[in-house]
Amino acid sequence: MSIRNRLSGNEAVAWAMRQINPDVFAAFPITPSTEIPQYLAQFAADGPGDPEFVTVESEHSAMSTCLGAQAAGARAVTATSSAGLAYMYEMLYVTASARQPVTLAVVNRALTGPININNDHSDSMGARDAGWIQVYAENNQEAYDNFLQAMRIGEKARLPIMTCQDGFITSHAVENILLEEDEAVKAFVGEYEPENYLLKKENPLAVGPYDTCPFYMEHKVQQAHAMLAARDIILEVAADFEKTFGRKYGMLEEYRMEDAEAALVLIGSTAGTAKACVDRLRQRGRKVGLVKVRVFRPFPARELAQALGHCGAVAVLDKSEGFSGCGGPLFAETRSACYDLPQRPRLINVVYGLGGRDCAVEDIETVYNRLQRILETGQTGELYTHMGQREATDDGV
Amino acid sequence: MKEMTEIRWHGRGGQGAKTACLLLADAAFASGLYVQGFPEYGPERMGAPITAYNRISKTPCTIHSNIYTPDYVVVVDESLLHTVDVTAGLNEQGGIIINSHKAPQQLRPLLRGYRGPVYTVDARRISEECLGKYFPNTPMLAAVVQVSRVVDPAEFVVNMEGSYRHKFAHKPQVIQGNMQALTTAMEEVSRA
Amino acid sequence: MIRDPLTITEQTPWQEMTTGGEIPQGGTARIIKTGEWRSDVPRWDSGKCKQCLLCTPFCPDASIPVLEGKRQDFDFDHCKGCGICAKVCPFGAIHMEKEGL
Repeated sequence: MSIRNRLSGNEAVAWAMRQINPDVFAAFPITPSTEIPQYLAQFAADGPGDPEFVTVESEHSAMSTCLGAQAAGARAVTATSSAGLAYMYEMLYVTASARQPVTLAVVNRALTGPININNDHSDSMGARDAGWIQVYAENNQEAYDNFLQAMRIGEKARLPIMTCQDGFITSHAVENILLEEDEAVKAFVGEYEPENYLLKKENPLAVGPYDTCPFYMEHKVQQAHAMLAARDIILEVAADFEKTFGRKYGMLEEYRMEDAEAALVLIGSTAGTAKACVDRLRQRGRKVGLVKVRVFRPFPARELAQALGHCGAVAVLDKSEGFSGCGGPLFAETRSACYDLPQRPRLINVVYGLGGRDCAVEDIETVYNRLQRILETGQTGELYTHMGQREATDDGV
Repeated sequence: MKEMTEIRWHGRGGQGAKTACLLLADAAFASGLYVQGFPEYGPERMGAPITAYNRISKTPCTIHSNIYTPDYVVVVDESLLHTVDVTAGLNEQGGIIINSHKAPQQLRPLLRGYRGPVYTVDARRISEECLGKYFPNTPMLAAVVQVSRVVDPAEFVVNMEGSYRHKFAHKPQVIQGNMQALTTAMEEVSRA
Repeated sequence: MIRDPLTITEQTPWQEMTTGGEIPQGGTARIIKTGEWRSDVPRWDSGKCKQCLLCTPFCPDASIPVLEGKRQDFDFDHCKGCGICAKVCPFGAIHMEKEGL
């Protein structure tokens, strides 16, 4: 039986960690993820869980600790944000190439400069090519549910996995949530039983050797194939999660897309705000919908193309700037996913919400109105745009 | 109560406006409602103006933006009236609740033309009498419930006791004073 | 099943390599005979040697075996002929020669 409760997104993730009781937690604080190690420290002190709570001196060390622990056959987790994730950067790649399924709770925050503590996706988007599975949450419920699914996915795919949620917007927002019983969670997540590990006495292992040229490429191809295989594993774990707890997840979520002519593609908490906008516009007879990308790595290209194939106009909302000069990362990949469609929708990019710039239902409505004009005129107009910033007016203010 | 009530809190870092906001979410949750309680942070320092928000709804709410047209505004520190446009977007069918020993009509001139109901409660005096310290959040929380009725006031008092037992599990000695501050504020909040 | 590390070679296709380049078994450095890389070779004069054992910890390739507190002759399967032992020996008991002389 699910338990009705109200928790913030950080509390929800910490609660999931308490229930899973990982062997090792590497703790280093950074806003807005700091509450996760705080809660976990309390849980570890109160018992009955007994994670090895390692207070490290940096995020680089946090990820190194997790990698070492995981290679030794333990389940290791940590949490971070923004510059903390950046400081792990080298170890993210090492963990992924060593194929150690570490679980990392990312609480998305703008990756500094100028320094800012608020939400956008620049931190995890910067790490998108590190070889980690990336799963994003819309709200505290999804942050909890994604974390419960993460280890089974990572351990089967033998890839590290980061579960991401929006800093402050969901991490510090108390909302209703359904929690699962400790025993049910334990049964769902199961035990970690790697075939080989560093300290297995019958068969000790060396992890992370130097790869000379004749070996490196082969190992990267292995990683690429593991990421391809992760898709089915994510869906298989989601199916079992639905069977066990009743909540449905996929690579992405389609909201009122059946007959949608105009659609948004977006990630994270703004999807909830946009759903309210879709409902409002649907009441006025507008055929609008949205696609929320839940899994960004591996990228759900096939599913996206299928979802958008019947749309006339699509806006991709990026909560990070790629500085590519032609759109954010979600736009680039969505556009690429649509390339092979027999009939491609007209696609525009809207970069928004940087450094915590708020995005209200009315802001989303302006995007749907742009799509409406594209449908009416057949003209895409400007491709790569920003939303929410102050603009000088034409009369020169 | 309408389908969804939106409340905006204005306070200063360290006064507990965020805590009061989360406690209101707790109380509404306990009466079976869907809740959101979330802070908006600027500089994380004592004394800096902070804003916190509640959405309290009969049905699930997926919106994750700040609140621009609140039904109620709670001002935890009177001095904010001079620097922050606290009534921006405020519903004139709702109201504003201000922590002040003054009568509501004395404060109306500071409200930039807001014509809806104005309430005051002397949270400083109540807090100092009941808690021995200046923690205005408890009386302000009680006043907003009394005024907005997002939660049935009688049910609220019962639920709050449970909530304090959860929140102060490591500090049980402060529960009784908080309960007294709560009921006093509910009796004293006055309108103009 | 424990994989024999020597079955992973520069001809092994990616599908047959170990996941993430893991090396099964421990102590596999022993298998690689780095002695073949040597162009200079150390010679040990056991008569001059006082068994101070300073050369042993200095050897970067762990190629000076010690048995019951006494150093033995070099492990030429792994000694790369770097000459550090000859430099640190306080008694002139080690000198370097060209390999193959």
